[in-house]
Amino acid sequence: MASSPTPWLNPALVVGGLSPLLLLAVQGPRGELGPNAIEAALHQTGLLALVLLLASLACTPLRLVAGWTWPARVRRTLGLLAFTYAVAHFLVYAVLDQGLAWSALWADVTERPFITVGFAALVLLVPLALTSTNRWVRRLGFPRWQRLHRLAYVAAALGVVHFVWRVKKDATEPLVYGAVLSLLLAIRVGEALRKRRARAAAAARNPA
Amino acid sequence: MRDPPPAEPPSSEVTPEKTYLRRRELLKNAGLFAGTAAAVAGGLHLLGRKRTRPVERFGPDADPAVLPVVKGGGPYDTDEPPTPYEDVTTYNNFYEFGFDKDDPARFAHTLKPRPWSVVIDGEVHQPRTVDVEQLTSWFPLEDRVYRMRCVEAWSMVIPWLGFPLAALLQRVEPTSHARYVAFTTLLDPEQMPGQRRALLDWPYTEGLRLDEALHPLTLLATGLYGRPLPNQNGAPLRLVVPWKYGFKSIKSIVRITLTREEPVTTWRRAAPREYGFFANVNPAVPHPRWSQASERRIGDFERRPTLPFNGYAEQVAHLYTGMDLRRFY
Repeated sequence: MASSPTPWLNPALVVGGLSPLLLLAVQGPRGELGPNAIEAALHQTGLLALVLLLASLACTPLRLVAGWTWPARVRRTLGLLAFTYAVAHFLVYAVLDQGLAWSALWADVTERPFITVGFAALVLLVPLALTSTNRWVRRLGFPRWQRLHRLAYVAAALGVVHFVWRVKKDATEPLVYGAVLSLLLAIRVGEALRKRRARAAAAARNPA
Repeated sequence: MRDPPPAEPPSSEVTPEKTYLRRRELLKNAGLFAGTAAAVAGGLHLLGRKRTRPVERFGPDADPAVLPVVKGGGPYDTDEPPTPYEDVTTYNNFYEFGFDKDDPARFAHTLKPRPWSVVIDGEVHQPRTVDVEQLTSWFPLEDRVYRMRCVEAWSMVIPWLGFPLAALLQRVEPTSHARYVAFTTLLDPEQMPGQRRALLDWPYTEGLRLDEALHPLTLLATGLYGRPLPNQNGAPLRLVVPWKYGFKSIKSIVRITLTREEPVTTWRRAAPREYGFFANVNPAVPHPRWSQASERRIGDFERRPTLPFNGYAEQVAHLYTGMDLRRFY
């Protein structure tokens, strides 16, 4: 890490990535988020959580397709930023919107699929955030860590469904995110199949 | 005389090459850091694309025309503080002009509310087509301060100007077959650009049972806050049914038809599981995606409990005696 050719990259991502959240925290109390500030904050944190999660999932496909190495260095930062926004989104909903009315929260999470899938996405991100350190990669061993972190795709898919179910009629925007996610997943699946075939071919050439 | 050669700085003050290069590197990195951070912040801001302020500022002074109010302080007025004019006119659902709450205020200037004719037909003895100016001159305008509860669980208090729909219906004399009243919004993609996309089955239609339409609370509004209706609030003529969710209060009406059969309403056709014909405000019947037990009054921080029939139960509950309001939501 110390000899990174781009020492500025991750700090810049953190500062730039957190600035919309800071802006919300400043504008909200000053009444600059429009007539329904809580709704505005809710929508923006939710949207940015999904955007950043997709950005983190785009890192490996970008390396595979374009051959760039820098995306691998920002993947963890993007994932943690996405988690930060997902937590902020949940807190805006639970604390500001619902006023921590536990029975209402419980009814929402258990009875309304729209909320259930959003909550499930957040829950899935928790173990990923906790195991995002190098220490955890070593402790789990890379293959197992990698398998665990594929849950990010499940969380993103749930996030897209949550978004589709939120809009009353025009699902264009959430479906664009759904299309991006499908594309990223297709690249990964294609790569996995290619590798498997290559392994099979190698095994055929060198029978044990 | 020649000047002495300029003294060279002592070698101890010369920046070592390594430091000089590191400083350049540092400056370069600082620049890249700032540029990347700004680009990321800007990109996310664009994607989040939540306009925090409408493009145009509105205020009660925007339109100098004051409507003559004949009656005020009616028995149905709420004494709750009205929602500020700016919020009432910049936070709207009017999909004919876009899906974001501030789209109608930004884009409804394409609507031309005058001249405007309204067709009144169907099961009436006196069908007619009348200009909205003439129609409103038939009745004294009343000031009515009503609660407005949106199906999305937010609410406002709005001082409307208008006249009871019942007055108009009595004037056109419903036949004995009339059981419902159907309303239609203007269909004109030139004036309502949102209609170029077939997301809803344009034109927007709504309906009431005749007894609901004749109820003295039911208003045809032509103004708010003492001024003519701004376009984004449904100029020049809109319905206001304060005990029902806001989407029943159809905007920019061009046709009122009395019918024998229950009219098909836009949201019910679009999502019958979520939006019924009656759409009475009911905290006990949740929307499939959210609870209707509470609401946020625009401008308030905390939610407040939602009241049955939006607080007008005393006036309207009798219209629904014997009906299962869970089934007829």
